[in-house]
Amino acid sequence: MTNRLSPFLGTMIIVGFAFLYGPIASVIVYSFNASRLVTVWAGFSTRWYVELLSNDQIRNAALTSFEIALISATGALILGTLAGFVLSRYRRFAGRTIFGGLITGPLVMPEVITGLSLLLLFVALGQAIGWPKERGVLTIAIAHITLGMAYVSVVVEARLSSFDRSLEEAALDLGAKPAKVFAVITLPLIAPALVAGWLLAFTLSLDDLVIASFTSGPSATTLPMVIFSSVRMGVSPQINALATLLLVAVAAAVLIAGRILARTRNSPTT
Amino acid sequence: MPGPGSRPASEGPIPHLVLANVAKRFPQAASPAVDGVSLELARGEFFALLGPSGCGKTTLLRMLAGFEMPDAGSIRIDGQDMGAVPPYARPVNMMFQSYALFPHMSVADNVGFGLRQAKRPKDEIAARVAAMLDLVKLGALARRKPGQLSGGEKQRVALARALINEPKLLLLDEPLTALDRKLREETRFELVRIQRRVGITFLMVTHDQEEAMSMASRIAVMEKGRIAQIGAPAEVYERPANRFVAGFLGAINLFEARVVAATNDLLTLDSVEIGARLTVTHDRVLPLGTEVALALRPEKLSLARMPDSRWNNSLAGTVRGVAYRGEASDVEIELTCGKIVRATMANIGGARDTLDIGQPIFAGWSGEAGVVLEQ
Ligand SMILES: Nc1ncnc2c1ncn2[C@@H]1O[C@H](COP(=O)(O)OP(=O)(O)OP(=O)(O)O)[C@@H](O)[C@H]1O
Ligand SMILES: [Mg+2]
Repeated sequence: MTNRLSPFLGTMIIVGFAFLYGPIASVIVYSFNASRLVTVWAGFSTRWYVELLSNDQIRNAALTSFEIALISATGALILGTLAGFVLSRYRRFAGRTIFGGLITGPLVMPEVITGLSLLLLFVALGQAIGWPKERGVLTIAIAHITLGMAYVSVVVEARLSSFDRSLEEAALDLGAKPAKVFAVITLPLIAPALVAGWLLAFTLSLDDLVIASFTSGPSATTLPMVIFSSVRMGVSPQINALATLLLVAVAAAVLIAGRILARTRNSPTT
Repeated sequence: MPGPGSRPASEGPIPHLVLANVAKRFPQAASPAVDGVSLELARGEFFALLGPSGCGKTTLLRMLAGFEMPDAGSIRIDGQDMGAVPPYARPVNMMFQSYALFPHMSVADNVGFGLRQAKRPKDEIAARVAAMLDLVKLGALARRKPGQLSGGEKQRVALARALINEPKLLLLDEPLTALDRKLREETRFELVRIQRRVGITFLMVTHDQEEAMSMASRIAVMEKGRIAQIGAPAEVYERPANRFVAGFLGAINLFEARVVAATNDLLTLDSVEIGARLTVTHDRVLPLGTEVALALRPEKLSLARMPDSRWNNSLAGTVRGVAYRGEASDVEIELTCGKIVRATMANIGGARDTLDIGQPIFAGWSGEAGVVLEQ
């Protein structure tokens, strides 16, 4: 690189990054603060992490969150893959445009609306057919599936639209039946997109607060809900520690998903 | 190596491959992609389907492989109707234009794919893959992935993969198009050699007339979904059935003319276009006044400063341009009437007999050199 950054551009970049990541950095830094006071630095300590791990309420919430994330990511993967397949392989059928729009709708729909409408649906269903009796892990997972499958279907459709169909035809031509072709050719080649889609859905579920708040009942409290409610009473350094851990987990998942997707794009399949 | 005994070797009375009035129109297409094609192939033949882009060659191949269903007509292989047979059950393999190698499998696994689908024993697969890789000279690359191969190597893997199941018919969709010119010419000989070795019927699609003529024993020229002419390369080149075939198989000079005299094998034509009378041999007596075209390949024209006594026809003109190609030169001549004709001069005299632009010249040919096109 021969062209140097102008001083103005350099300043703007620093300001921009500071604006974006300053608050996050302060959370991480103060999670190692020895003092209980969030704004006063009193030396390095990991005591909040130790306290955090012995906090039953938070541990239970973490387990609930992971359970919901696992269920919803897997459900979103299955439904999203089916939708992505239909959207990329069947270019013409009645209602295709509407179908595509509805699938990806949750991507742009305000979360408050998604959450509220699902809540109303669950309440109405509960009155009409007696299910769900109470809201909890299952209802949150269902809500997260609707959101997650939108992401999965977009990722899968993108992968399939760059997929060379003649690979499948070649396998068919060489004597493999359609189901075998799917198992030994299509699936291995789109697997990276599936893994990436699963990880995306998993993180989405893990850090969602709004939809979970709407669709949860008294029996299920997720991690973001615990964080949010405890922060209202004043920020405990424990929460900083928890936020740091969550941040690491989410960042790792997104990084891995990005890596996998990038590798798929560079692969010679297309 | 596939032994000759693995397929019925007898030449029965049933033709090997028969296409009868096969037609296909894609939904929302204005005209059919394949429009009533009938064709018969003999066992062990190297046949080429030649035609311009979009004339339906790939569509025809895909119907033979089973990827497209014909709207009408029938396809029979050794007497068996292929109508209801799915692609994975047909005794046909295809070499794809893009090669379609499986990127997540090694070269050996790609080649062995067909045998694994046929549930052959492991050691048989290993042995036949090794033999097949030897045949295409790729033994050293068995462990590589397709992404690590050159274009020519990929092409040979695709060929090996399509041959290993010993199909009754191998379909090749423009097998050489993706190679560079030099490799393409070497591969022509290689492909013909391999075809002789394995004895499998090859049906190759190409839009390169040189490729078709140099490799195939018979050619079908296609135009807009129909077959315009079928024959041996020399036959199609020397005796084209119509203007399209004549023009597609190489450069040609056409003179519009009318028949003014006809004897048993000699026609006299009057061409208003060039204001001259031309004589040409023809195997059919045409009624006087018939509108025809006289077609003349550039290499059949002779050029000289004075008309030659051996010529039956000669036209005067001036040299308009010369394109030196090494083994020959293409010469453009502007006749006195203004029409441009092309001649090819073999490079016999080296640099000595060069032509100057604007120099007066005579172009002539004998009566056997031209072809009368009735349509
Ligand atoms: N799946 C399809 N749907 C609609 N039309 C098609 C389809 N495949 C081919 N066609 C049309 O059918 C015609 C013949 O196509 P085809 O691919 O057989 O041509 P081709 O002779 O192989 O040409 P090329 O030399 O360019 O490969 C073309 O007009 C093409 O646009
Ligand atoms: Mg084609």
